[in-house]
Amino acid sequence: MTTLDRTDLSDVTRDDLSLRRFLHGLPGVDQVGAEGRAAGLATRSIKTTAKAWAIDTAITMIDLTTLEGADTPGKVRSLCAKAARPDSSDPSVPSVAAVCVYPDLVATAVAALRGTSVGVASVATAFPSGRASLDTKLHDVRDAVAAGATEIDMVIDRGAFLAGHYQQVFDEIVATKAACGSAHLKVILETGELATLDNARRASWLALLAGGDFIKTSTGKVTPAATPPVALVMLEAVRDYYALTGKQRGVKLAGGIRTSKDAVRYLVMVNEVAGEQWLDPDLFRLGASSLLNDLLLQRHKLATGSYDGPDYVTVD
Amino acid sequence: MTTKSKSTKAKPAPADDRLRVRKTYKLYIGGAFPRSESGRSYPVHSASGDLLAHAAQASRKDLRDAVVAARKAFAAWSGATAYNRGQVLYRVAEMLDGRREQFAAEVAESEGGSPAAALAQVDAAIDRWVYYAGWSDKYAQVVGGTNPVAGPYFSFSLPEPTGVVGVVAPQDSSLLGLVSVLAPVVALGNTAVVIAAEERPLPAASFAEVLATSDLPGGVVNLLTGFTAELTPWLAGHRDVNAVDLTGVAVPDRKALQIKAADNVKRVYAPAAADWSADPGISRLGAFVETKTVWHPIGV
Repeated sequence: MTTLDRTDLSDVTRDDLSLRRFLHGLPGVDQVGAEGRAAGLATRSIKTTAKAWAIDTAITMIDLTTLEGADTPGKVRSLCAKAARPDSSDPSVPSVAAVCVYPDLVATAVAALRGTSVGVASVATAFPSGRASLDTKLHDVRDAVAAGATEIDMVIDRGAFLAGHYQQVFDEIVATKAACGSAHLKVILETGELATLDNARRASWLALLAGGDFIKTSTGKVTPAATPPVALVMLEAVRDYYALTGKQRGVKLAGGIRTSKDAVRYLVMVNEVAGEQWLDPDLFRLGASSLLNDLLLQRHKLATGSYDGPDYVTVD
Repeated sequence: MTTKSKSTKAKPAPADDRLRVRKTYKLYIGGAFPRSESGRSYPVHSASGDLLAHAAQASRKDLRDAVVAARKAFAAWSGATAYNRGQVLYRVAEMLDGRREQFAAEVAESEGGSPAAALAQVDAAIDRWVYYAGWSDKYAQVVGGTNPVAGPYFSFSLPEPTGVVGVVAPQDSSLLGLVSVLAPVVALGNTAVVIAAEERPLPAASFAEVLATSDLPGGVVNLLTGFTAELTPWLAGHRDVNAVDLTGVAVPDRKALQIKAADNVKRVYAPAAADWSADPGISRLGAFVETKTVWHPIGV
C-alpha cells in the first residue's frame, strides 16, 4: 500500500485538501479480486468441534437488534431477556455482546439488563438516513448516552461523502465521538449507498482517522447490506490501520446475516484477513436479529443430533 | 445379464429407433429439481435386473432442506380454501392422465408385469388421486359438525391439518402406492416430505414433474429418492416434522423410528400392509388431521 507508507497520519487530517489527497490516494480495490477472495474464504468447511466453537463465538459477538417503528418497551424487555440468556433451557449458551435499540428505548434496555454482561447500544444521529443538522444529531447522541447507552451507532452523512465533502463527514464523526464521552462509537458507513468498494475503503479510513472505535457496514435498512466483499475491504482497513498506528479498531457487520453458515463464514474471513486477535467481541460484532435463532437451532442440532425447527425458539 | 449390450441398455428402444435421451433423475424440493447436495446418485434396475437409470441419492441435508421448504409452504397451503386445494389436486390428476403411457412404461419397467397391468395401475392411480381431491372440501362436512352442549354456546368441531408430514412411500407399489399415501396427506392441507420407494424410485421422480407442472405451490410436496434406512431416522427425529407415515418401512424397523418420533410427540401412522387396489376409505385422511373445537358464546 504505497500511500500508507507515510506513517504520519496527523498530517493527513490537517485540512480538506490533504484529507482528500490521502483518501483518493488509497490503492483502488480490485473488485473481481475482492469478490474472488471473499468467495474463496467462504468455501472453508467448518465441522464438529470447530463448528461448536464458532457458533458459541458468533453468539458472543451478536448485537441483538430491534430497530422497528413498532418497537415497544415490552418487546425490548423480552429481547433483553433473550440477550442475557439466549436459550432459557440451556444455561451453557453464552450471552450476546449487546442489544441495539433506538435512543428512546435505551433506558428500558438498561433497566432490563442491569446485572448482566450485555451492553446497550443505541443508534443515533438521525438514524437511518442521517439527514438532520449536526446539532440535532449531537443532541440525539447525548440523549442516548445520558440514558445509559454504552455504545453509540452513528450514521455518516452519505450525501456529503458522495459529494466529496470529506472534511464535513470527518468533523461530524469527531464531534459525535466527543459527544459520546466514554461510550464506544460505531460508525455506520452504509456501504450499500456508497456504490463502489473504493468508496467503502475511503469511508472506512475516514471513519478510522476521525476516531471511530468500530466501523459498521450498514443500517440494515438498505439493500445490499453486509456483503462478503465489503466485509473484506473493511477488515483490511482495520488491519492496515493497526499496522500503521498500533491501534486496534473493530468491525461490525450488520444487515442480511441470517444463517449460522453466513456467520461462520464471516468468522473465517475475520481470522484470515484481520487476524485471530479480532475474533473478540471487543473488535468484531454481528448486528442481527434472526441470526441468533438460527445459531441456537444449529447448536441444538450439534448437541442432540436431530434437526430442530422454528417452533423451539422464540418468535421475536 | 449375459451380454454387455443388455446390461447397459437404458430402456427399450422406441419404434423409430431414435436414441433415447438418458438422464439422472433428480430430487424435488421446494418446487425445484436439485441434485443431491452430496452429489451422490445410485443405479436403479428394472424388475428383470437391467439398468434403467441413475437416481439422486438424497442425504440428510437434502431432507433438512425439504422440511424447511415444506414448513415454508404450509401456511399458504393449509390456509387456501378446501375448494381451491381440490381444484389444484384435480389439475394434478389431469396432468398425470396426459402422461399415462409414459407412466405405464415406467411402472412396467420398475415392477415387471404386463403392459396392460401397468396401464391399469396408472389408471387406478389417477382415479385414486381424483378420489382424494374430491375429499378435500368434503371431509370437514363428514367428520366436522356441531356439538350439543349444555350451556349458552354454539360449539363446533373441525378437522385441521397436522402440519409437515414425513411420508415413507410403499416399497412395492411405485406409483399407485405413492399416490395412495401422498394424496390424503396433501388433500386436507398438510405439506409433505416423501421418501420414494428405494428400489423403484423412477415413477415417483417422474410424478414430481407432474406436480411441478400442475398448480401445486412449490414446497407442498417434496420428493426425495435415496436409501430408506439412511433417511428415515433423520425424518423421524426431525423436530419440525409434525407427523410421519411409516407405510414404506418394514415392520421390524418401525419401532426404532417410533421411539425417535416420540421425542417431539409426532403423530405416527404405521398401518398394516395394504392392498393398494382396494377401496381406500377415509382412514388415511383421518391420520393427519387435528380436531379443533370452537365454543362460541351465544345470547350475549
